[in-house]
Parts: sequence; C-alpha cells; structure tokens
Amino acid sequence: MMKGAKKRLVGIFAAYFALSVLATAAPPNMPRYRFENFTTVDGLPDNHVYAVLVDGDRIWAGTDNGLGLYEGGKWKTYSTADGLAHRAVLSLALDKRTGDVWAGTMGGLSRISGGRIDTYTQLNSGLSNDVVYGVSVEGENVWVATAAGACRLDLHSGQWSLYNERNTPMSEIWVYNVTATATKVYYAVWGSGILEFDQKTKVWDKYDDPDGETEMVLFKDQGLIHEITTSVSYVDNVLWAATYFGDSRYDGRYWHNFLTKDSGLPSNFTNVVKGLDAKRAWFGTDKGLAYFDGTNWAVYRPSLTTGKPEMTVRDAQGNVTPVTVATAPAHNYILNIDFQGNDIWVATAKGLSHGVFQR
Amino acid sequence: MTPAAQRRAPIALAAALLLCGVGLVCAAVWSGSTAHAADQDKTGEVLRYASPVEIMFSGDGKQLYVLCQGTDEVRVLDASGYAEIKRVSVGHIPRGFSLSADGARIFVANSWDDTISVIEAKTLTVTATWPVSGEPSSVVEDRKGTRLFVANRISNDIAVLNAQTGEEEKRLVAGRGASYITPSPDGLRLFVTHVYPNPTPHRMAPDSEITVVDANRAVVTDRIPLPGIAHGFHVAFSADGRLGVAAELHPKNLVPLAHLEHGGAFVDTLMVFGADVGNEPVEIPLDELERYAARPFGVAISPDKSRLFVTSSGSENVAVIDVSRLLRSIRSHPTPFAQDLSASANYVVNRIPVGNDPRGVTFTRDGRSLLVANRLDDTISVIDTHTDRVTATIPLGGPKRVSVLRHGEQTFYTARYSFQGQIGCANCHIDSTFDGLQWDLEPDGFGRDIVDNRPIEAVKDTEPFKWNGGNPNLPTECGPRTEKYFWRSENYDDLTLTDLVTYIRSLPPRPNRWHAPGEELTPAEERGRALFERAADKFGNPISEKNRCVYCHSGPKGTSQKSFDVGTKKGTDNTGLLDTPQLTNIAISSPYLHDGSAATLEQIWTVFNPEDKHGRTNDLTKDELNDLIEYLRTR
Repeated sequence: MMKGAKKRLVGIFAAYFALSVLATAAPPNMPRYRFENFTTVDGLPDNHVYAVLVDGDRIWAGTDNGLGLYEGGKWKTYSTADGLAHRAVLSLALDKRTGDVWAGTMGGLSRISGGRIDTYTQLNSGLSNDVVYGVSVEGENVWVATAAGACRLDLHSGQWSLYNERNTPMSEIWVYNVTATATKVYYAVWGSGILEFDQKTKVWDKYDDPDGETEMVLFKDQGLIHEITTSVSYVDNVLWAATYFGDSRYDGRYWHNFLTKDSGLPSNFTNVVKGLDAKRAWFGTDKGLAYFDGTNWAVYRPSLTTGKPEMTVRDAQGNVTPVTVATAPAHNYILNIDFQGNDIWVATAKGLSHGVFQR
Repeated sequence: MTPAAQRRAPIALAAALLLCGVGLVCAAVWSGSTAHAADQDKTGEVLRYASPVEIMFSGDGKQLYVLCQGTDEVRVLDASGYAEIKRVSVGHIPRGFSLSADGARIFVANSWDDTISVIEAKTLTVTATWPVSGEPSSVVEDRKGTRLFVANRISNDIAVLNAQTGEEEKRLVAGRGASYITPSPDGLRLFVTHVYPNPTPHRMAPDSEITVVDANRAVVTDRIPLPGIAHGFHVAFSADGRLGVAAELHPKNLVPLAHLEHGGAFVDTLMVFGADVGNEPVEIPLDELERYAARPFGVAISPDKSRLFVTSSGSENVAVIDVSRLLRSIRSHPTPFAQDLSASANYVVNRIPVGNDPRGVTFTRDGRSLLVANRLDDTISVIDTHTDRVTATIPLGGPKRVSVLRHGEQTFYTARYSFQGQIGCANCHIDSTFDGLQWDLEPDGFGRDIVDNRPIEAVKDTEPFKWNGGNPNLPTECGPRTEKYFWRSENYDDLTLTDLVTYIRSLPPRPNRWHAPGEELTPAEERGRALFERAADKFGNPISEKNRCVYCHSGPKGTSQKSFDVGTKKGTDNTGLLDTPQLTNIAISSPYLHDGSAATLEQIWTVFNPEDKHGRTNDLTKDELNDLIEYLRTR
C-alpha cells in the first residue's frame, strides 16, 4: 500500500516536472514575423521614420526628409517642391471614404488627394499651429494635434475650431496625438493627460494621473499612469494610452496600468500604442516593439546587447522565453505602427519595417 | 417715330443721364433685387427668357431635353419636329443635367438653390428634389445606377449621393470651381473640369486640372494637370475612348493686358488627351488672327471620330476640327504651340456662325446633325455635320423682344466689341462673377499696379470702381476705360453701354452658403461680429474709428465706398490709397487684397497687416481671428 502510494507520488511529481518542462519549452503562441526593412538604400526618403500608414496595397511613410509612398515595389517621394508643408512628416491619417491622406508636418498640415497636395498652415488657414504632431480623420472632420493646442477642420463647411486652455480642460497646449472615432475623440496632451471629446454631447472631459505630475506611481490602476501622454488609441470602447512612464488601458470603468516591472512592456518610454481590440494592443517603445494579447507579451527587436534579431515571450506568470528568429525591426526606437491584414508596418528611428506574418 | 424707336427713347434718355453722371437714379429705376425681378424693363413687363444652356436627347432619342437656365425649366421637345411637349419646372438657375444610366430619370443640378431635381422621364414630372450644397453645376449617375456624382462650384468638390435616395455619402476634393462632369465612354471614370483656377503662388501662371474619379470606387484617382489654364468647361470623348478633349481658357494675365493688339489677353484652347495623343495632354489653340474662338465651352466628337465641334460662346460660332489633321498637327509639333496663332488653320476647317452665347451641344442619334443651345437667343441651331451649315434654328418660345437687360447681357457675353473679337466681359467675369486672377491692366510698365479681379455680383451701389477708385461709376468703368484699355477697339454706342451697365447693376448676389437670410449667427460668427464692430482692443485701448473693421467695411455691402491706405502698398504699386472692396460673398472670391497677394482671408491679417493698418488685429489670438473669419464668411 505504502509502496503503491509512493509510486503514485513519484508519478505525480514526474508528471508535474514534465509539465513544467513542457511549459518552459512551449511559451504562449504569439505571432511571429519575418521583418523586411527599408532604408534609403531601398528608396525610402529618409531613415528616420516618424509615421507609417497603410492604405490597401500602398504604404505611406512620414520621414524626416519627405513623405514616401511605397507602391508596386517602388518608393516615390513627395517633398516641399510638390507642395508638402514641410520636409519632416510627423503624422499621417487616411480618410477611408475618399482615399485622401493627411500629413501632419513640422510646418503645417498637408492633404494629398489624387496626387495633388494642399497645405494648411497657421498663416493661411485656421490651423492653430504649424507643428502638427497628430492627425485623425473621422467622417467630415479632421482632428489635429499641434504644438499649440488642438483643432478640428470641418471639411464640409471649411470651419476651423480651435481647442485650447480657454475652452477645454487642457492645462498644457502641447498636444501630441489624436484618435477620432464616431463616438469619442481622444487627445494625448504632453503634460496634461488625456482629453476626451464626446461626439454626441459635445462635452470635453479630462483624464489625469492621480499621482499628479510626478514619476511616482502611488495609485496603480487608479487612473492614467502619467501626465506626459504620447499616444492614444480607442477601439471597442477601450482607451489605450501611452506615456513616457508606462502605459494604460481604460474600459470606461477600470484602469489598468502597464509598467516594465510588472508586465512584458520592454520600456516605460512608449512612443505609440495601437489597440487591435479591447484586449490586444501593440506598443512602440524606445527599447523595441511589443505585443500584448490580453495575457501574454511578445517583444520584437534587435538585441539591446548584440544587435541580433530577438523575440521574447512573457507569459502570465512572468516567465520570459526567448524565441529564435532571423529578423527584427530595423531599430529599437519605435515611432509608429500600422497594420496590413496580419502584417505589421513599423516606423523606427533607422528605417521602416514590414513584419510579414508567419504564424 | 417707329415703335422700336419709341421703346428706345426712354433708354436713350437714360443713357444720356447716366453719362452725365447721374446713373444711380436711372439704374435704380431699372434694376431689380433678384435675378428674375431684374428682368422687368421700363414697361413693367416681366421678361423671362429661356436661356438654354444644355441639351440632350432622351434615351430612346424621341425627345430633346433643353435645360433653360432663365426660366428654371427643362423643356421637352419632340425630337422629330422639335415641337414643344412640356415644360418641367426645376430649381433655381439650373446649370447641368444628365440622364440616368437606364434613361428613366433626368437629373438636374440647380445651382442657386443647391438641389438636384429628379425627373421621371416617362411622365416628365419631378419625383424628388434632393438637397446638396456648394452650387451644384453638373450631375452624373454611374453606370450601375447606384451613385450620383455632383460637381459643386463653390465648395470645390464632388458630392457623392445615393442614386436612389439622394443621401450624401461623401465629398471628393475637386479643383476650384468644379463645374462639369463627363463620364468616359465605358463609364468607369468621370472627368471633372473647373471654371476657376487652382490657387498658385502670387504672380505665377494659373493652373487648373481635370479631376479623374473612379466611378466604381468613388475616389479621385488622378488629376490631369492643365498648366496655364484658368477656366475649364466641357469635356468630350471619342466613342472608342482613345481621344478626349476639354474646352478651356488660357489667360495671359502676367503680361500687360493693354497689349491686346499684340497677341491677345487669352488663348482659346482645347486640351487634347488620351491614347491617340500619347502620355501627355497637348494644348492646342483654336484662335487665328481675326478669327478668334472666344471662350470655348461645349465640345462634341462625331461618332466616327472624324470631326470635332467646339462652341465659342463669345464668338458666337462653332469651330469644326478635322480630327486626323489635328492629330497630325500634334505629332508634327513636338513643343508646345498653344499660343501659335497660325496653328489652328491646319485643323480648324470651318467656323459656323450660330446664335448668341452658344453653349451646350449634342449630336442627333445618327450623327448627321449637331444641335447647339444658344443661351442668349433662346434658340437651338441645327447644324448639318456634313455640310457644316445651319439647316434650322429652333425658337424655344418666350419674349420676342430684346429687353434692356437682355441686350446688356448679350453685350456682356459677346466678344464682338473687342479688337478682332478676342474677348468679352465674361472672359474675366466667368458667368458674371470673377476669375480668381490678378491682372496687369494699365500701360504703366510691366508688372506695375497688379490688380486682383473683384467680383461683380451685387456691384450696384458700390462705386467708385477700380482698386484706386479712379472710375466714379459704371458707365466710366465699362465705357471709356474698357474700350481704351481692354477692347482696343471702337466705342460702344450709348444705348449699348447703357444696357450693359444696367445689366451689370442688376446682378444679384448669389446665395451665401454660410448664412441664410434670417438665420441666427453661430456663437463663433457672433464672436467674430463683435470683433468686427469693436471699438477697443483686448487691452482696453480704444481703436480709432478709421481702424475699426466696420468703419471702412460699413453698410449692407461692407463698403464705405471710400479709399484708405491699409498698409498693403507694394513697391510696384503707384498708390497705396485703395478703394474699399465690398464684402458680398467674400468667402468665395480668394485671393484677397488689391493685388491678390493674400491667398486666404487669414493671410490678410497673419501676413499683410504687421502694423495694424488694416484694422487693429494683432492683439487677437488665433481662435479669435478664426471667429472674425467665420463672421466674414456670412457676409
């Protein structure tokens, strides 16, 4: 009897050990990509890529030296000579109804429509400021984030509406990013949290870091992780927010904060977040590209030490498993992300990367 | 005295009065407050002329539809004998129409009340009126019958509507003054032309475009550049789709207009494009010395592609082009030749006189006849396309007598008074509006005193004229000045000048698209009005009376009719003392300032008012300036 029980115990331990080994050997199944990287050698206008936008088979790249369009295997560059507001293109947005592309630059806002570029500046239009960090199109409205407040262009009437400290709860006017949907518009205000505009009620609201303007996290999951917000994404009624000090998810009731110390986020310094749905999101940080599937994390980057392609997966228990990969994004400093079906396009400080989905 | 002379007697008296400098009194008797009320002459009789602008046959070819702009109708004629069948009332100032893909409906773009009338072809009744906005000027349904495309002249876009419900789906960005839509023969693409030039840097040649729309996806896929072109009109395609032509007007506004006799102020051209001419469109001239084709408008290519017909609304004729000779000529000219006055003799084989202000054209089904709508004669000319002769002139009915206003309008649109018949008033005042261009008018040296062309709608009671206020009244403006500097030709007779002036004074403002009469101002507009009228700046400092917006831009039309120096004088200007322009529909008449150097209303203050001479504005924040502009758009 004793002997039998001992045998069973050994068996249980053996099974547990085997499962543990298996668990270690088989990390969560996270998407894998083959990254194809584009640089000036391939025709990209500049290696410093601020923004990327997928428009069907066409890829737009906002770079430090012009707007690139990748089509049919070739790059075409739009420059100031073509009417672009400024050589440095910081943000891009697609009007899905018309196919027009809006480009926020260091010198104004440009619309590319059927090959023609029209430019709006603070001198020739109602645009609040020429440094356009973010742009988003929803219906008849173009929402713009600038270095001196936010604004909206009504494409039907041509009216510009300016939003700043005089008519919104914005305490700083350095507006870094915007995402507009049919129900809500969110602005990431650098140093002033997140501004929310309800499209139905036309009322502004504001989300701040409950810890105030400090880098301490005294109240985790109680609100926005930090005031210096850099990026917002709103999908399936869930707000994803990036800051230089960690990221946040807000479902309208509960906040959840993501920090490197307790998540798979490779760095708290996050330039961009793009939600796929209420659960899943992509993060672009200064230390690589990260994917969160609601439970597990994956990081894609050139190794911080060797520079070799690297992919790691972190499960819910915090186990981090390296995955052998042959390619990685062009650089760790990720500035923007967009999706093309299952593929991902990544704007980095040293090139544009196309992540071709493998499995 | 003959009856005609008796009718003319009071007109002659009035002309004399006008020329004596009391024109205000005289014209006030004649001019009305609306387009139709204005058609009331001294007898009290209301004269509404049909003014046909476009024509087309029904799907089965048995009926001819005539779009009558003056009576707001589609007139339906029997196609065999051209007897009138019915008059269908539509919206105000209809400008374009087309048949649905199945021929069951007629769509009419009503430009002044911003609607589309839907007429059932079987019953000839209006079954729906759909709202659009921005001065709809042309309307085309896609071949599937799912979408309707509407070119809007003021909002510079193409509205995409559900073809069954009229619900607007979206708007596509067009060029400035989007006005005419032509589908390719296969219906897959739509080609849109524009009556106003796209914005270009100050003192650079104008340009326009043909906006190309993918009809299935309803997106703009291409823009065919029209360098040097300020005004585009109709497009036509050959049946095989390999040859496209666009009627257009190519101004020479960078050189002094005073040199009309040295080559002209405009080149009247066609842009030829498509597989037959290669990758790049080619601009070809229609003019010939002493035989100008002033303001080409309607175009049609014969079914067998042998001939091309072009109406010239100012020259009152139809140019006939031999297509093979044209293509040969293009191939033999590797370099641009649009300004070569000897070129058109190689391919223009005839110029057929028709009626006053010929506009739209259409072929009969067999291609043997070409029909031409003569807008200011209320007739349709029928041209035998084999003999190039007018075989019939179909009267549309209506007033037989030419009223003062009608004669004035005919004078405005014809080119016959200028040197060799090159230009008319309507060359620079497209459809009695403006042209968006800046001109070097005076014989004071190249590039001196550049002036922006001001709109003439609601011009009554805004004298003096010219930017320097040099012309005290319209008889001076339109008489000696025009004759001397523009026409370089003989003077109008007194009656003609009087009628012309009376017509111009009768021009009403087009509806303001930002503010309907009686409508309350929005909060932004209200804030802007307060800034417009303010007497103190934001720091509480009083603003001198002459530096308030409302002082110079006073009165219902926004002008005190006085001259001021607002600090905009350039080194090339002879004076900085400038007449205060009226503000009527100011939002649509960019560019601004006397020389057109401000591309937008914003630039008037963000760029050209550094010393607050053009009103105290440098204390304003950007959102306050936006408010001011919102208010100005309501004027």
